[in-house]
Amino acid sequence: MRRVHYKDIVKAIRDTIIYSTTHLSEDMHKALQEALEKEESIVAKAVLEQLLENAEIAASEEKPLCQDTGLAIFFVKVGSDVQIEGGTLKEAIYEGTRRGYEEGYLRASTCDCFTRANLKDEVGYNLPPIIYFDLVEGDKIEIEFAAKGGGSENGSRATVLAPAQGKEGILNFVKQVVSDAGPNVCPPIVVGVGVGGSFDYAAVMSKHALFRDVGTPNPDPELDAFEKEIQEELNKLGIGAMGMGGTQTVLAVHIETYQPGRMCHIASLPVAVNIQCHSSRHAHITI
Amino acid sequence: MAEYKLQTPLSDEDVSKLKAGDIVYLSGTLYTARDAAHKRLVDLILNGEPLPFDLQGAVIYYVGPTPPKPGEVIGSAGPTTSYRMDSYAPILIEHGLKGMIGKGKRNQDVKEACKKHKAVYFGAVGGAGALLAKRIKDAKVIAYPELGPEAVREIVVEDFPVVVVNDIYGNDLYEEGRKLWAKQ
Ligand code: SF4
Repeated sequence: MRRVHYKDIVKAIRDTIIYSTTHLSEDMHKALQEALEKEESIVAKAVLEQLLENAEIAASEEKPLCQDTGLAIFFVKVGSDVQIEGGTLKEAIYEGTRRGYEEGYLRASTCDCFTRANLKDEVGYNLPPIIYFDLVEGDKIEIEFAAKGGGSENGSRATVLAPAQGKEGILNFVKQVVSDAGPNVCPPIVVGVGVGGSFDYAAVMSKHALFRDVGTPNPDPELDAFEKEIQEELNKLGIGAMGMGGTQTVLAVHIETYQPGRMCHIASLPVAVNIQCHSSRHAHITI
Repeated sequence: MAEYKLQTPLSDEDVSKLKAGDIVYLSGTLYTARDAAHKRLVDLILNGEPLPFDLQGAVIYYVGPTPPKPGEVIGSAGPTTSYRMDSYAPILIEHGLKGMIGKGKRNQDVKEACKKHKAVYFGAVGGAGALLAKRIKDAKVIAYPELGPEAVREIVVEDFPVVVVNDIYGNDLYEEGRKLWAKQ
């Protein structure tokens, strides 16, 4: 049994939050640079240049890339041979989130969904986070963190298609979602697609799909080809950077399915689309 | 596609020369407000009470910045999505508002109000919060401090980069840009 102290988890989470909200991830940086090279529209090129300059300023001044520092989202895999001392893992994630957002001068963006009152003083600074736990073998804790902004969440959708609609139905649904979202979700974007599982789990998978590095292939060759096909179709929409018109709207499409077996119920085909804006703030830590 | 440098407050003459797609560098005072502040501003107008700032020729920036670090004028300060202000914007435009800065589509009512009362909607680059903050030289909360990031601030900007999305002639950059580049 490996022992991990509560305080070490808190610190790791705090540091990750501050670093990832001020430093654009390498994969996104590269994807934006490639988009700038490929883009033909002058207006869209100017937007992409501003985004790259923004990333430089943010890193050098340690200032948030975007003022919407999001909801704190965690996907956590806990090894069965890890024992946490001094508190629970959940408490550590809460405390790490509070400290990261407060000490990093990040925005407290959580509110009561009815009164709209900010939860900063009642529940805590940008608390509560959203956490998905999974139990795995081993003596490590793996934590994936995302600061997920409201703009791109607002453009995300889920549905349950009829099985007969198949791949064409999936493509059409994704296209409709991206087309409707247009400029509102801060393109260029990464499109996470969850297919299968259940209605709710398709949405979880669509969010988790966004953690895959942009530019890395889907391990399932059939889905890899489908991702590229969808991306090509989406880029025909002409939305462009910040919706001002252009050829580079979608940097990547990432599909995730329920494993093993790409499972879903024989009667249904759940599909969810989670949009990630260019201000992709993702991190992966192993403790 | 032209480029202009403009000083706020904006006049009818200023906004009349702007066309969707033009790049504008704004200098002068802007006011920040999001949903919650808009609701209060509109309530004041409907009750015939004075507003916390002069709406004549004013430009409102839809932003909820991050808290400034010690020594900073403002935190990260990029635009938020504008449609949430659509139900409030026409009445402000009717009462003298000349410009709005945000990101994302506006509804038909806002576009009509822009045409009728000569106002423009500018897009700033969403997610460029660190870059845009550098163009903000001064900031102070002038109303509703209890709203935190959503409080109304008076900010002074220098060459703040925006693009005209909706002009007073009914043009819409999002629709036109997309049509130009769509391959269907
Ligand atoms: S959609 Fe993303 S880049 Fe745009 S404002 Fe929201 S968090 Fe920032």
